[in-house]
Amino acid sequence: MTTVEFSPAAEPLAAKLLEPALEILARYPAGRERSALLPLLHLVQTEEGFVSPNGVAFCAELLGINKAQVGAVATFYTMYKRRPTGEYLVSVCTNTLCNVMGGQEVYDQLSEHLGVGHDETTADGRITLEHAECLAACDYAPVVTVNYDFTVDQATPESAVELVENLRKGERPTPARGARICSLREMQYQLAGFADPRDGAVADGVAGAPTLRGVRLAQEHGVTVAGFDPDTPITKTKPRVTEEKK
Amino acid sequence: MTDVSKRVDTVKLVIDGVEVTAEKGELVIRVAERMGIAIPRFCDHPLLAPAGACRQCLVEVEGQRKPVASCTQTVAEGMVVKTQLSSPVAAKAQAGVMELLLINHPLDCPTCDKGGECPLQNQAMSTGRADSRFVEEKREYQKPIHISSQVLLDRERCVLCQRCTRFSEEIAGDKFIDLMDRSSGEQINVYRDDFFGGDGTGDGEVGDGAGDVPFNSYFSGNTIQICPVGALTGEQYRFRARPFDLVSTPSACEHCASGCSQRTDHRRGKVLRRLAGDDPAVNEEWNCDKGRWGFRYATATDRIMTPLVRDAATGELREAAWSEALLIAAEGLKAARERGVGVLPGGRLTVEDAYAYAKFTRTVLGSNDIDFRARPVRATGSSTAITEEADFLAANVAGGTGVTYEDVENAPSVLIVGLEPEEEAPILFLRLRKGHRRGNLKITAVSSYLSRGLEKLGAALVAAVPGDEAHLLGTDPAVAAALSAPGSLLIVGERLATVPGGLSAAAALADRSGARLAWVPRRAGDRGAIDAGCLPNLLPGGRPVTDPAARAELSLAWKVEPGVLPGTAGRDVDRIIAAAADGTLGALLVGGVDPADLTDPRLAEEALDAVPFLVSLEMRQSAVTRRADVVLPIAPAVEKAGTYMDWESRLRSFGAVLKSTAMTDGRVLEAIAALLDVTLNTGDVMAIRRELGALPGSTAPNPAQPAAEAARPAQPAGDEAVLATWHQLIDLGSLLDGDQVLAGTARPPVARIGKDLAESLGVGDGDLVTVSTVRGTVTLPAAITDLPPRVVWLPTNSPGSTVRRSLGVTAGAVVKLSAGVPGPILAEGAVQ
Amino acid sequence: MTQPRPEVLQKLTPVLTKRWLSPDAWRIGVYERLDGYLALRKALDVHPDDLIQLVKDSGLRGRGGAGFPTGLKWGFIPQGDGKPHYLVINADEGEPGTCKDLPLMTYDPHSLVEGAIIASYAIRANRAYIYIRGEAVHAARRLRNAVQEAYAKGYLGKNILGSGFDLDLVVHSGAGAYICGEETALLDSLEGFRGQPRLRPPFPAIAGLYASPTVVNNVGTIASVPYIVLGGADWWKSMGTEKSAGPMIYSLSGRITNPGQYECGLGITLRELIELAGGMKPGHNLKFWTPGGSSTPILTAEHIDTPMDFEGVSAAGSILGTTAMQIFSDQDCPVYNTWRWLEFYHHESCGKCTPCREGNYWMVRTYRRILAGQGTYKDLDTLQDTADNIFGRSFCGLGDGAATPVVSTLKWFRQDYLDYIEGRTAPRLSEKSLVGAH
Repeated sequence: MTTVEFSPAAEPLAAKLLEPALEILARYPAGRERSALLPLLHLVQTEEGFVSPNGVAFCAELLGINKAQVGAVATFYTMYKRRPTGEYLVSVCTNTLCNVMGGQEVYDQLSEHLGVGHDETTADGRITLEHAECLAACDYAPVVTVNYDFTVDQATPESAVELVENLRKGERPTPARGARICSLREMQYQLAGFADPRDGAVADGVAGAPTLRGVRLAQEHGVTVAGFDPDTPITKTKPRVTEEKK
Repeated sequence: MTDVSKRVDTVKLVIDGVEVTAEKGELVIRVAERMGIAIPRFCDHPLLAPAGACRQCLVEVEGQRKPVASCTQTVAEGMVVKTQLSSPVAAKAQAGVMELLLINHPLDCPTCDKGGECPLQNQAMSTGRADSRFVEEKREYQKPIHISSQVLLDRERCVLCQRCTRFSEEIAGDKFIDLMDRSSGEQINVYRDDFFGGDGTGDGEVGDGAGDVPFNSYFSGNTIQICPVGALTGEQYRFRARPFDLVSTPSACEHCASGCSQRTDHRRGKVLRRLAGDDPAVNEEWNCDKGRWGFRYATATDRIMTPLVRDAATGELREAAWSEALLIAAEGLKAARERGVGVLPGGRLTVEDAYAYAKFTRTVLGSNDIDFRARPVRATGSSTAITEEADFLAANVAGGTGVTYEDVENAPSVLIVGLEPEEEAPILFLRLRKGHRRGNLKITAVSSYLSRGLEKLGAALVAAVPGDEAHLLGTDPAVAAALSAPGSLLIVGERLATVPGGLSAAAALADRSGARLAWVPRRAGDRGAIDAGCLPNLLPGGRPVTDPAARAELSLAWKVEPGVLPGTAGRDVDRIIAAAADGTLGALLVGGVDPADLTDPRLAEEALDAVPFLVSLEMRQSAVTRRADVVLPIAPAVEKAGTYMDWESRLRSFGAVLKSTAMTDGRVLEAIAALLDVTLNTGDVMAIRRELGALPGSTAPNPAQPAAEAARPAQPAGDEAVLATWHQLIDLGSLLDGDQVLAGTARPPVARIGKDLAESLGVGDGDLVTVSTVRGTVTLPAAITDLPPRVVWLPTNSPGSTVRRSLGVTAGAVVKLSAGVPGPILAEGAVQ
Repeated sequence: MTQPRPEVLQKLTPVLTKRWLSPDAWRIGVYERLDGYLALRKALDVHPDDLIQLVKDSGLRGRGGAGFPTGLKWGFIPQGDGKPHYLVINADEGEPGTCKDLPLMTYDPHSLVEGAIIASYAIRANRAYIYIRGEAVHAARRLRNAVQEAYAKGYLGKNILGSGFDLDLVVHSGAGAYICGEETALLDSLEGFRGQPRLRPPFPAIAGLYASPTVVNNVGTIASVPYIVLGGADWWKSMGTEKSAGPMIYSLSGRITNPGQYECGLGITLRELIELAGGMKPGHNLKFWTPGGSSTPILTAEHIDTPMDFEGVSAAGSILGTTAMQIFSDQDCPVYNTWRWLEFYHHESCGKCTPCREGNYWMVRTYRRILAGQGTYKDLDTLQDTADNIFGRSFCGLGDGAATPVVSTLKWFRQDYLDYIEGRTAPRLSEKSLVGAH
């Protein structure tokens, strides 16, 4: 695997990405390296900002598959962008619940304000806008994410515009529940399966009130589940055989 | 095959109220089909893995909440199935799916090639609604787009059944087409930069991105044939005809020794297209693109329709009446008989025509100087006294090896040597791949590198320097291991003849291991020519010429005097050429032979020039007809009846597709013979078949296997390397003339060199490399490949690489290498 | 805002959500102090078969929507077959309305890691994968950190806690495809292919990941395992109902005062949940709601007392699904909502089968026309029939999910459709929205 001869199209990316790419491959059993394709495509986006033709070539050559096979995968998933992206990807959930809670207005306002439509990037290269499908945060509806981190909860057109204005000014506002903002390309590195290299980023973001609503209510009212004994024995019918492992 | 009667587990089920017994594991749709119940379907194909994607074949199964796809549902004991014939639920489900399939379909049947033979059209009539309720805008795509020079795609017609992508992956192993995008935007396409920020609209319309990869498959035509709509069409046939105006005639492919059954569709005396025939024992339902599209040679502008004779006054060929031309031929051959006449019938003949040459040579010319082999039959520079291949063919091939496609598919292990299956026997390649895909067939190849074709077979490579194969067959442990399991097969290609001791070693290996041996030639007529008697050492029926009893049998059958049939082996192709060149022979009778295919084309042309009298039986103008004294036009395969014998020794009989006045070789030879007072009885295919059928079986003992010494490969030094070479499927072969679109799907010619040579030459991938001999040069872009040290591979007969003509050598020879184009000194050397 | 009554408060069962209160529970040290990795030690001390039996006894059913008995699923894995086994955790949370797995993985990632180790031990898997939805970046960050910590402490890797059991656990991010929540599509995606569902049989238990025996379980399912190992099957069954045992995280969103996560025993009703959530938002009256995500048939105000367990919701004509309850009021339009759901299903349809691919294409366009004031009576029959032609005819459940809101809103709220057609409701979409929507 390490002795792949890259074509001129793939070579420049290989020079930069081969080392992390091989780390990705090692996560999967020998002979099953194709599993690395999704993380590899994320990895390509760290350098290219999108899945570029050269990125397709790099993945295909590394995995020993055809470019059509890589293309088939790269065109299937929403998070693989096929045109250059901005520094930040701003996603507004406009799926039904967020939509009726105001997400559509938020998106429309942002689109008008930024002068770009879905999957388009502002001329200054700062922001790519998209309307997203359900982001699994309906209790905070409507939500806006920056590079997929939850940044504005219960968004309004005004709070969303403020967000993008700050981003365009070069500021990085503190997200509501995600880690401190990085660039979209840096985020792709994490999507490729690598730990967030920023000190303390993993500690960022505290649980919001809706998340804790039920459990707080129980705490406030002293409601617990009775009868929990961590030493409750497990019925043993067979001896524990160590040889069986492996 | 050992005849083990397998007990088949069966189950009983009820379909539409009728109880039926089915094999366990059988699909409901197949069982229904056997009962005469036609369930509509698109994605289902009996030779592809079930997909269940189109949902057209939904039926009701008692106890199941939802209708089930009968193409994925296997039978079970007591199952009660109701198809659309007895279940309103199934009928409604099918009608619903049909309506959905049509909402985005353009309904452009009046301008679609598929109209009239379209499963979508037909099943829309049987299963669909009269009117659509769909009033929204239909999905549109730019149309058509080329996915290769040959294959066109109209995406808006596509129903995304994935038959084409599944064929490409499962059967051919050429995953160059795939699904792109998703949801209602999902489409079949090749890889295009356009999808990923290259120029274009972003949905795969623009076809000229630098990184685009076309549908680069030798089997691409099958996707057109199995497309159940008009989404995939062929450039060659698009807009040429309506299916209902065509006459379909079963035929057999004339290209290689695979023996494909095919269907030829024609209209008013013209072939419009050819399709793979359905023969489960041979080609199943597939063929290769060469067989499908390589038929335009027969209508090329240089077709000879009238006999030609050389005008004594002008020295030029002129048209002549048949009577005149035949008389000149007969008299010329008669006059030359004393000195000797060499007969080169070529490897493209039907069994019947080959038999005519064999009989003509013995009874009219009184000679055994006949050899069908239009190719190198021994290593470059080997003594012509060595008759290893002819001996091998007599001992191990004539009469049949008994190995079949089915045996290949079911073998535990196959060892291949001297053969590149995908390039030289594509349908054998598909069957090997089928065995491999089923997981039970291990394939080992003795070859110079692991080609793309071998990779698709999952083959293990025993890397060989050309010339070393015989030694490896005798000593390599991987070779022995490959044949250790009972039922293993050893498949050798015709190219092994160029390895000294190669065929001897193969025969010995088969004996030693108990593996059965099969021999695979490249041309459709090669195998049949052996049994028809077109070798200097064999009479028809595999009878050795040296065996008096065998000669006596044949004399009786042919009603010729004892002593007419010569009792010593004749000259083989190399010796015939040599004897013609040095003036020994008085005449040559040449069938469909291109001198460029022979070991040394220059010598062959000198021989044709030197021989006092040259008779050519040809279809088109050629290097032979140009030099001939008499040219007698003969019929192409499409205009005659006949039989090919495939590599299995299976007979592939066919009738004339087109009515024609063109004559078979046998009929022309019969006419010449008649003028020489011999009744050849080869004018009529049925007569020949009767005569062949009436020939008694040979009682001659099987001749001894050859036992030639294994040689070691040449030792290149300095700037030298050993040459490896074989033909590409799509190349400069004369039967591919006239089709630029098909030529566009050829693999680009490259010179393959290993890293060692690349480094010493200082070249990288794509840089030009020149291969030279004293004869001349070949310059091609380099492709760095994992080859043994000091081996260079060239395509034998591709654009820019005509190895035999340009270099005058074959595999195993030592050649010189240099970087770049040949310099002036080398170029001068080339014309010495 | 009215306080919930005490008897309703008593229905809260903070088990899986309990550690969320500790802001640093995602750190392994804190997790360990809160009973973390105790269950693992306990589990490694018994035979794997006894663990499977324990999970069977607990009555734990899959938390991903289908509710398949977890112990039974584990028991399907053939043992002694000589093949590698795999555990794959479905963390591709994307069903509209569903938002319980992300907080669990963000605020208590080790419970999932610990559950994964125990489950892998039980089914004899030496490799496990968490396939997490790509967009869930913070949850993935925390999970990757947790996995790293677990390796460092010897809970993962070779010879875990000296037991001789080895396990490698990888967090694998998806790339944006709802369909990958379908377990066989997830497996194809994890193998590096387009996430399109596979034919079944063979089922994953026989030929799943890399054609080997594989258990695919939801996040909530696996995170429940350590609690069962600690507290025992009987304690687990003390929550919920007989056939739907244990606690469940109900995700409430929409027109209520306090949207959020409420962990209660299975069987609680919407009325009680709304009470816990502080009632409907002022000025809003309950009109319709999804019991378990948008793919489950919507219910109406009359179903407010349906017990929210597998059987109860089923009896009411819907599905418990992911207990993602999106609550809509009389100020929401079921036609508009259904259209927006359909845009989602159309966007996320994988394209493999005809009914889902073409049917959604058709239905979204019909809805856009109706909402633009250009609908006809015939459209309603066509919609109903098209939904019928998709439901139960598609390759996988996504098609069923798409047909579901159409059928159920036509059933309960036909008048709302007629109001658009007959002009009583002003068009919600402009003409320009009829072209170019994604």
